[in-house]
Amino acid sequence: MKYIDVYRDVKKCRKVAAMINGIARARRYKIMEVCGTHTAAIRKFGIREMLPPSIDLISGPGCPVCVTSDGYLENAARLSRDPRVTIVTYHDMLRVPVKGTTLEQERANGADVRGVISALEAVDLAKEAPAREVVFLGVGFETTAPGTALAVKLAARLGIRNFSVYSAHKTVPEALDVLGRQKDLALDGFLLPGHVSAVIGVRGYERILRKMKKPCVISGFEALDILVSLYELIRAVNRKDVVLENEYTRIVRRDGNPRARAMLNEIFQKEDAVWRGLGMIPESGLGLRKRFKDRDAARRFALPKERVCPSGGRGCRCADVLKGKIKPPQCPLFSKACVPGSPIGPCMVSREGTCRSYYEYR
Amino acid sequence: MDKITLSHGSGGVMMNKLIAEIFLQAFANPVLGELDDAAVVDVAGGCYAITTDSFVVDPLFFPGGDIGKLAVCGVVNDLASCAAEPLYLTAGFIIEEGLETGTLKKVVASMAAQARAQKLTVVTGDTKVVPRGKADKLFINATGVGRVRQRLSGRGIRPQDKILINGPIAEHGLSILLAREKLNFRARLESDCNPLWGIVKLLLRRNIRVHFMRDPTRGGVNAVLHEAAQTSGYSVVLQEAHIPVTGACRHLSEILGLELLDIANEGKMLFFVDPEHAARALAILRSHPLGRDAAIIGEVLAEKKAKVYLETAFRSRKVLGPPMAEPIPRIC
Repeated sequence: MKYIDVYRDVKKCRKVAAMINGIARARRYKIMEVCGTHTAAIRKFGIREMLPPSIDLISGPGCPVCVTSDGYLENAARLSRDPRVTIVTYHDMLRVPVKGTTLEQERANGADVRGVISALEAVDLAKEAPAREVVFLGVGFETTAPGTALAVKLAARLGIRNFSVYSAHKTVPEALDVLGRQKDLALDGFLLPGHVSAVIGVRGYERILRKMKKPCVISGFEALDILVSLYELIRAVNRKDVVLENEYTRIVRRDGNPRARAMLNEIFQKEDAVWRGLGMIPESGLGLRKRFKDRDAARRFALPKERVCPSGGRGCRCADVLKGKIKPPQCPLFSKACVPGSPIGPCMVSREGTCRSYYEYR
Repeated sequence: MDKITLSHGSGGVMMNKLIAEIFLQAFANPVLGELDDAAVVDVAGGCYAITTDSFVVDPLFFPGGDIGKLAVCGVVNDLASCAAEPLYLTAGFIIEEGLETGTLKKVVASMAAQARAQKLTVVTGDTKVVPRGKADKLFINATGVGRVRQRLSGRGIRPQDKILINGPIAEHGLSILLAREKLNFRARLESDCNPLWGIVKLLLRRNIRVHFMRDPTRGGVNAVLHEAAQTSGYSVVLQEAHIPVTGACRHLSEILGLELLDIANEGKMLFFVDPEHAARALAILRSHPLGRDAAIIGEVLAEKKAKVYLETAFRSRKVLGPPMAEPIPRIC
């Protein structure tokens, strides 16, 4: 466990924290940590408590389940009630509430809904049951989308006709651009998601950085990764330097993962996408290319287009949490009516959800 | 008869043949031999503990055990956690039509071997066969009766009690996950499925003041600590650095993002011990083959908030929430 032991060394972490304290006194800093796993790691390692109060760490929309729109969830729930259909999805998706139901609830009511760890399992299911219509819910960012692409390719290669994908895949840089340019948020910089970056590379952010002009550091997920990245970020903000740096060098390359990107390009095309909280962001979604239209569940089942969902039902404020406008304790439902055992919004369901992280490590 | 059919469950000649050739052969004892509708036993006066458990583990055979061994150990350990010496066991089988007879024989042989080793008598049972698809291969229900040697309760937990465990956590749940998902993982991971009456008896015989015991099965150590905190009303604190974990389990939990404290064990017991006896209890546990890696992992606090805290290298005292659900389904 070399990397874990080294990057969780408490002494080293306290040293870097002291260095950050040394350079972050003169002003206030608003840093957005985009990725849900970063939010959880920051809470788990008590990073905030090591930092000076002048640094405000704000959680962003880096939770793919959380930013999936109500329209998509409604479509998925309705589709699950079709007796011909087998819905296959990642486990987190099973418990997200929409219009008084969840996919888990639908399963209890007789729907055929399966939780999997890999998109390829959905192809296996389609192969084993040729009479069923197997629909894979493709939720995830660039980290996960290649898995879906692999599944589409596999199904095509094996001639499996009863397999389709309902894509809600989204890309992160476009969302960063929107958030970076929001004046009322007034962010100073971004901690970038490590595993999205493993796919898109440092290069993947260059274009939006030119537009957005805020310093960014790609960070790993251990305590030392995050602290070192924050140190670099604060230094850049102090120098008014719009940097794009990579702290997570053991996993992230300048060019990312060209094979994964090529696969994404082969199967998907950029489309406009609806993000919970952030609204419609142009070119931030991945939809199946026309030549795979048979595999596109949205076409196959004529699913209605997703609508913008500014706020959730029953007073849910996930939308505001996702764009960094409020922190979970500011939502009146947090840890009272909305808890992991009975969640009202997706941010409390997913392991990458901001509210769930705040709750688990309170 | 190489496969179990519906006729084997319908109370007639074929069922009697199955009972004679498989169950009676393996469990062989005079009480069972009577084949009455109920087992008739004489019991000495005193206090008795009764426990029942159903076993639906998938797969039936896994590294370190099988559903039969699990059934016996599960019952023995529930009785042991109440300081009850296991005496009698019942065994009800729900078999899916089409199960290989050889598989049933293997499971029953394993149960019988385990019961013999624990001096436990299988006094009665039941056999049902359901149509294909109405059950998954084999389900077992087992009820155990034991003689209580010492009355314990969560209400006996006191501030400053030390919390001990007899070895590393999460081995059972993770080994089941590996076996079921057929994950390709280099390190060999085995279930810790084992009977714990021996090690419990040792502590009691040496007059260790144990206030409470529980085996951390579904929901892991986390679930038991929350139960103990709720029942006693006292908060407890766990020291992360002292919790025994094997490298393989730690690796797997990091890769899959699973919380070790929430994962099932089947050969571990949590002991809440009077602080003055804790050091001696630890030595006694470590002297037993099932306690070589025993450790003191926490203690009971004086505050009456019924909270569970975790002390980590980074966070001096973080609140540990109860496990939401078993992270790995069908482990027992």
